[in-house]
Amino acid sequence: MPQSADKVLDHAPLFREPEYRQMLAEKKLNFECPHPDEIVTDQREFTKTWEYREKNLAREALVVNPAKACQPLGAVFAAAGFERTMSFVHGSQGCVAYYRSHLSRHFKEPASAVSSSMTEDAAVFGGLKNMVDGLANTYQLYDPKMIAVSTTCMAEVIGDDLHSFIENAKDENSVPRDFDVPFAHTPAFVGSHVDGYDGMVKGILEHFWKGQERTQAGGTINIIPGFDGFCVGNNRELKRLLDLMGVSYTFIQDASDQFDTPSDGEYRMYDGGTKIEDVKKALNAEATLSLQYYNTRKTLEYCEQVGQATASFHYPLGVQATDEFLMELSAISGKEIPETIRLERGRLIDAMADSQSWLHGKKYAIYGDPDFVYAMARFVMETGGEPTHCLATNGTAAWEAELKELLASSPFGKDAQVWAGKDLWAMRSLLFTEPVDLLIGNSYGKYLERDTGTPLIRLMFPIFDRHHHHRFALMGYQGGLRVLTTILDKIFDKLDRETSETGVTDYSYDLTR
Amino acid sequence: MRRGLDLARLSKNGASSVRRHPNLERGPMSLEYENDGALHAKLIEEVLSQYPDKAAKRRKKHLSVAKSEDEAGEEGEVLSECDVKSNIKSIPGVMTIRGCAYAGSKGVVWGPVKDMVHISHGPVGCGQYSWSQRRNYYVGTTGIDTFGTMQFTSDFQEKDIVFGGDKKLEQIIDEIEELFPLNNGITVQSECPIGLIGDDTEAVSRNKAKEHEKTIVPVRCEGFRGVSQSLGHHIANDSIRDWVFEKKDVEFEAGPYDVNVIGDYNIGGDAWASRILLEEIGLRVVGNWSGDATLAEIERAPKAKLNLIHCYRSMNYICRHMEEKYGVAWMEYNFFGPSQIEASLRKIAKHFGPEIEEKTEKVIAKYRPLVDAVIAKYRPRLEGNTVMLYVGGLRPRHVITAYEDLGMVIVGTGYEFAHNDDYQRTGHYVKNGTLIYDDVTGYELEKFIEGVRPNLVGSGIKEKYPVQKMGIPFRQMHSWDYSGPYHGYDGFAIFARDVDLAINNPVWGLYQAPWKTSPSRGRAMAAE
Repeated sequence: MPQSADKVLDHAPLFREPEYRQMLAEKKLNFECPHPDEIVTDQREFTKTWEYREKNLAREALVVNPAKACQPLGAVFAAAGFERTMSFVHGSQGCVAYYRSHLSRHFKEPASAVSSSMTEDAAVFGGLKNMVDGLANTYQLYDPKMIAVSTTCMAEVIGDDLHSFIENAKDENSVPRDFDVPFAHTPAFVGSHVDGYDGMVKGILEHFWKGQERTQAGGTINIIPGFDGFCVGNNRELKRLLDLMGVSYTFIQDASDQFDTPSDGEYRMYDGGTKIEDVKKALNAEATLSLQYYNTRKTLEYCEQVGQATASFHYPLGVQATDEFLMELSAISGKEIPETIRLERGRLIDAMADSQSWLHGKKYAIYGDPDFVYAMARFVMETGGEPTHCLATNGTAAWEAELKELLASSPFGKDAQVWAGKDLWAMRSLLFTEPVDLLIGNSYGKYLERDTGTPLIRLMFPIFDRHHHHRFALMGYQGGLRVLTTILDKIFDKLDRETSETGVTDYSYDLTR
Repeated sequence: MRRGLDLARLSKNGASSVRRHPNLERGPMSLEYENDGALHAKLIEEVLSQYPDKAAKRRKKHLSVAKSEDEAGEEGEVLSECDVKSNIKSIPGVMTIRGCAYAGSKGVVWGPVKDMVHISHGPVGCGQYSWSQRRNYYVGTTGIDTFGTMQFTSDFQEKDIVFGGDKKLEQIIDEIEELFPLNNGITVQSECPIGLIGDDTEAVSRNKAKEHEKTIVPVRCEGFRGVSQSLGHHIANDSIRDWVFEKKDVEFEAGPYDVNVIGDYNIGGDAWASRILLEEIGLRVVGNWSGDATLAEIERAPKAKLNLIHCYRSMNYICRHMEEKYGVAWMEYNFFGPSQIEASLRKIAKHFGPEIEEKTEKVIAKYRPLVDAVIAKYRPRLEGNTVMLYVGGLRPRHVITAYEDLGMVIVGTGYEFAHNDDYQRTGHYVKNGTLIYDDVTGYELEKFIEGVRPNLVGSGIKEKYPVQKMGIPFRQMHSWDYSGPYHGYDGFAIFARDVDLAINNPVWGLYQAPWKTSPSRGRAMAAE
């Protein structure tokens, strides 16, 4: 009997015990009707070939292990970045359970959102009644300052009109007439979570800005972070930099406190977020900057329409991206970049110089959201690495073109390939046929690590199987240090592992590296 | 203010009037206690007062306090009556914790069948959020001969909504056949839009099954159907009946001790920790549904002598069908905690007669030292601690005795998607005065937990962090909080360890900054 009270074995060691190994072997043999081992091995080896890769990349309809989620997730994340705002997702209720779980698993934090719980009858007659009752219940139970409405694909397919539904609900006193209920249609069959983010932020801005007079306040800047699993670390780091510069700024959408509440005995359903008063005033800002262009295309268009100057970045991470971001801030605000920040920059460069021999020529596969992939590819090249495969399932043709231009600008990008719209099963073929040293992505990449042996570095949402990474910034020079250290740790750990066999490889098991 | 010494916590935080027995012995329902029904009734009243009238009226029917019930049932003593309305629509806007029919079919019933490819048919999200999250363990070469921890989706685009997705589905099935030729079948798990745009996934499945000579099962589990995951279970069960049974000649010589385990999804290896016991008492488990299952195990199921059903809620339908159509008897059992394991093993053995019964007694005796050692180690550390549960359709009752075996007290429990027959069965487990909540809302659960201040809450990922913020230990009771197995004797040791490490971790004593003396939570302080 393998189990004992003294040393309790859970699943990982328990099922390696002989009793269980034998039981599972017999189950397979007697009851599973498996394919012969030889056939399985042959197929496994075949999936590593160029021939399989060609078939795999030629897929037109089937999607396997995509690196993207659907629009409403982005909308729910966006709404979480505003003061006392409850997300209300109109449509089927299971979706909301999924968004909440997904966000909680990444942030290890509560994630609140409600559903209008539409079922078959609403599919036939529309979900107006659900909206009317639902808003009343949400308003009364959860005491929000704002309810942000988005949609599941069910409500989109049957064509529910959020604007008129919300007006109707107000007519029926579900919420007070002047209560803020911004909305965004977020069909899951268009774009991805980054577009849902875009739609919801735009919906909120339109709700507060429409019909208002703009009186430009010179030098003030709005900052839209975009969908960012590292918002907790990043937003705080960016605010520190902005404060150091003395810039007058407003974060539009800031979930850094909402997804990082303290444990002190009190459950805070709402915490932090952009104040509604600040959203209103933000209309007057001279400029709106987006930290992730592909998360904010429509929002930026709208900001331009109201008369603001706009600028956008691709997840300002690494040296030159941070340089550009700070210089743009400086140009708009008229504030100089202080010496302390220049010294910080110098420290990042110092670290990169110290470690360059370990990074130069390393090959990477990078996947994730379009702006993140762009940023990582750029930083990798700054360290002398080669971004061999750059993949974004939700990357567009425009993204592909822009990234190719970046890659062409550096000798380290000359062999790089860009894969817009491809999934992680495609990545599996790429890693087998054109291997790299390191894989940068999220937790889903662990299956690629297992199958191909490529070490995985988790730097993007969602990260389910490692804790607290999102609490540290990736953006800015400080963030650059964090990314640099994370990559180096992975390289050194691997090297130590490969050289640790006593009397065989441990001559290379160097104390100093 | 949250955490003092353990002893202090027992008397102060436990809202239940714990009568601690001097000589508690192992055995079913040996722990005698009664809960504070008056407090619970007051809490119900308080939460209802916060709803708009219409919603309060509806929610009232789902909340109750278990009442004494003297009547003895057939299955054993009925301890209480849990009279709530269930399996009806959730109210909009209240933050139900429920999921949808797709979650019930793809996530629960079909998803774990390892040698089939399960297509999440529709937009990308459903498959993405449910990808690898239920921890249905299996052995196989993923992507080659097994496909459990993968996400196959048709990733619907606007044009698929406008023009329909049947052509795309055909192409997807062809591409699966080319890239994953060792799959032993395919299921098409419909997401919301499929039923709304009028796609004919049945026709596509039928044609493609013929062409590829494979089992292809269309499952109409669109998320808007029904009121919770529950209808998805039912639809998935029906699809086994309609699209798997009697579709092939199954060559299988049935033996006298052949059983199927139904409704064990092998979460963290639960089904394995159960199988080892069933084999030890002399039975042959010819199919396990659906954790670590292959299609072959499902196809041959009607040939078995007995269906042993663990999750009654999600798979009773197909058991009833197999009984009617093929004469396979079925029996509910419970492998959580030694009291229930012993009772269940004996009940199962009785079905097969003296030879198996004799072996069963030997197995029970063999494991008794382990059980004794686990209880001796953990019970003193857990005795009298109070627990609130909120899980899916089975565990809110099934796990109760396991806690009681450790001397713990269940003060409240409720289901996301139970039906009336589940609440009837709950009466066999919960004590008088227990707080009962059906399809609880986020608001209610928070207020109940705040009012009761249990020592442990067992629920899901969405509930975990709010509860922990309040300073109350928590274990996920869907995924075993990434631990497990919890079934069987091996699982009980892990369960006991996990409950202990959750409750007795020092972090709960660190919540209050020492320079702050004022309470952050009025109610809890008042109770102390």
